[in-house]
Amino acid sequence: MTVTTHEANVLGEDPFETANLLDPYPFLGRLRDAGAVSYLESTGSYAVAGYQEVYEVLTDFETYISSGGLGPRDIRKDSGWRPPSILESDPPIHTVMRRALTGVINPSTVRALREPFTPPAVELTEQLAQRRTFDAITDLAEKYPLRVFPDAVGIPDVGREHLLPYGNMVFNAFGPENYIFKQAFAQGDEHAAAVMRNCQRENLDDVGFGAQIWKRVEDGLITEQQATLLVRALLSAGVDTTIFGIGNTLSVLARYPEAWAQLRDNPKLAKFAVDEALRLESPFQKFHRTVAVDTVLGGVHLPAGAKVLVFLGAANRDPRKWGENADEFDLNRNASGHVAFGMGLHQCVGQPIARLEMEIVLQQLLQRVATIEPDGAPVPILHNVLRGFESLPVRITAA
Amino acid sequence: MSAAAGATIDAVVDQVDIVADQVVSLVLRRADGRPFQPWQPGAHIDVHVGDGLVRQYSLCSSPDTLDHLRIGVLHVPDSRGGSKAVHALLAGTPLTISEPRNNFPMRESRRYLFIAGGIGITPLIPMLEAAEAAGKEWTLVYGGRSRNTMAFAQQLEDRYGPDRIRIIAEDEVGRLDLDQILGMPRAHMLVYACGPGGLLGAVEERCMGWPPGALHTERFVASTLGAAAANAPFEVELARTGTTVTVPNDKTILEAVEEVGVRVLSSCRGGLCGTCETPIISGEPEHRDAVLSEEDREAGEVMLVCVSRAAAGCPRLVLDL
Ligand code: HEM
Ligand code: FES
Repeated sequence: MTVTTHEANVLGEDPFETANLLDPYPFLGRLRDAGAVSYLESTGSYAVAGYQEVYEVLTDFETYISSGGLGPRDIRKDSGWRPPSILESDPPIHTVMRRALTGVINPSTVRALREPFTPPAVELTEQLAQRRTFDAITDLAEKYPLRVFPDAVGIPDVGREHLLPYGNMVFNAFGPENYIFKQAFAQGDEHAAAVMRNCQRENLDDVGFGAQIWKRVEDGLITEQQATLLVRALLSAGVDTTIFGIGNTLSVLARYPEAWAQLRDNPKLAKFAVDEALRLESPFQKFHRTVAVDTVLGGVHLPAGAKVLVFLGAANRDPRKWGENADEFDLNRNASGHVAFGMGLHQCVGQPIARLEMEIVLQQLLQRVATIEPDGAPVPILHNVLRGFESLPVRITAA
Repeated sequence: MSAAAGATIDAVVDQVDIVADQVVSLVLRRADGRPFQPWQPGAHIDVHVGDGLVRQYSLCSSPDTLDHLRIGVLHVPDSRGGSKAVHALLAGTPLTISEPRNNFPMRESRRYLFIAGGIGITPLIPMLEAAEAAGKEWTLVYGGRSRNTMAFAQQLEDRYGPDRIRIIAEDEVGRLDLDQILGMPRAHMLVYACGPGGLLGAVEERCMGWPPGALHTERFVASTLGAAAANAPFEVELARTGTTVTVPNDKTILEAVEEVGVRVLSSCRGGLCGTCETPIISGEPEHRDAVLSEEDREAGEVMLVCVSRAAAGCPRLVLDL
């Protein structure tokens, strides 16, 4: 069989340029329109932004591998800044790590978290409902996951202040070594050392996810080093993403008062609102895969070793998948199939936890807040791969 | 096992072969000499075994030849009549059966891994043929106590060669090494596993490291070895919505419910992420996901509707939707 191929459309624009990071969607629209697969001169990688191509790359984990790292460099050649995580592994190494993790984090274990996760949300939203204005990021989105998630993993109180800076390093390293990267890594060694300390068995409590992961070492499923790396994966992947998930959801709902009213009437829709917000404002916007063997995607030949930048956030707004109103929030839309949590082999392990946290915060807020609207312009965060806000001032009326 | 639904056919046992220790294969023809209706790999027939008992047996002949059907039956000493009655049949005996029905349909994919435990080989045989005919990449791993108990092992090896067919007889090389067999997930590979519950439980546990939706299983429960009931249609009553939908054999609850416009949150749609978890108000589920705990499975209060179905013998589930 002969496959006719054409050259990738070469794009001079840089997705990591400040303007494109602060307001990604105009660029993502141009990228999608440029063709199924583009070549980005600025990063020397290929780029996919349409739903179909993104889906193909995510599900064909043999052709588009993760062990080359999620950043622009191939960490197989050029070792990365830290030992590879589950996210940066392929089968068979990925397989045992994933089995161990799924055995610990799954619908059954996460359901039990609803009880401990609820009171902090009640407390935070009760306080905020008494105010006329607050910052939905610094007063809520940033506070809540830090109140509940580290306890669920079972890490000590000391050193928790390193979680956010560490997450910032991990995710920014999925982009180029630009000034954002350098800023994130300014006190890198200190943050990394503090987080690694909290991954050790002796520093974890006896009941949290951390301890459960270490139990799998006794079962012989994983090594001690893998257990450390898995706890590290939770601590690095589980905080920033959820903070942005909560913040992005509120940023959207503040702009759609009818949706808020509908949710107040029917709070059971909260989880659908969260899902649609994750589609529209996906916290994890993009990462790289590495081409393992020469292949053809969207009519473009991709050579082995090439990097492909996968734009989840663009796939989630592809009009061919979501219709002409893809850029709009629609509470009645069935958003299932969005790739905000990835798709296939590496699909987010923490998904049930993230959804639980987001749903609880929203439900508690809905109980106490009758209306919510922007109170000034939100300030988007400057980040290589995550989408979120540094500040989101809102004005509310209490219920 | 539930009673047979629908029309019956008068058939005749055309041939009885002992194909392994305790396993017979029956070739059945229609009494009126006409061909059977077309069927797809994974299909089974109901066999009326007397005393009002109905058993389901997977077809292991080729869907290309409709002038006869073949089933393989393991003799289970403690089974409630089914296999014993079938073992007593002789060529020429009339038998009441149903047309083929498929409750274990084979989904389209690029690659297949088949895992059989004992008599669980039967529904997989037509699947191998289909995968081969479509030029797919595939292998079968077939485990059993010893070669003389493993029906069709030699024929399969002769037909497809030892690279494709890996016979693992416990008395020669030990049990199936599932860590090795399932240690290396492949992209776009579906796993079809069929056999006793113990084997399938172990397969499911390992498939937690596979992409969602890769695994398809058919449980051969001890009392009905040789039976296939995996995807029998059933009804789901949506208590909050106030409607009832029928879930056919080729759709999931999630798909059937979405079709009538009822919202259910979902993500992986393959029984791995838990997003579609739904409370059960009444009825007994058969959990097909890879992730719910033993306690949750036994409690039967929630189910993952993207993969799980009603248990055999439970015609109706009432869900909190
Ligand atoms: C809204 C919040 C979240 C979003 C948007 C998100 C997004 C993602 C995405 C897109 C992936 C796939 C990456 C890939 O394909 O390479 C992923 C993987 C992962 N996530 Fe999340 N995540 C969130 C919350 C969490 C939480 C709370 C945890 C920890 C409990 C977590 C832990 C992980 C881990 C360990 C992986 C790697 C899985 C693997 O490689 O098999 N995530 N996440
Ligand atoms: S949608 Fe993931 S388990 Fe059902």
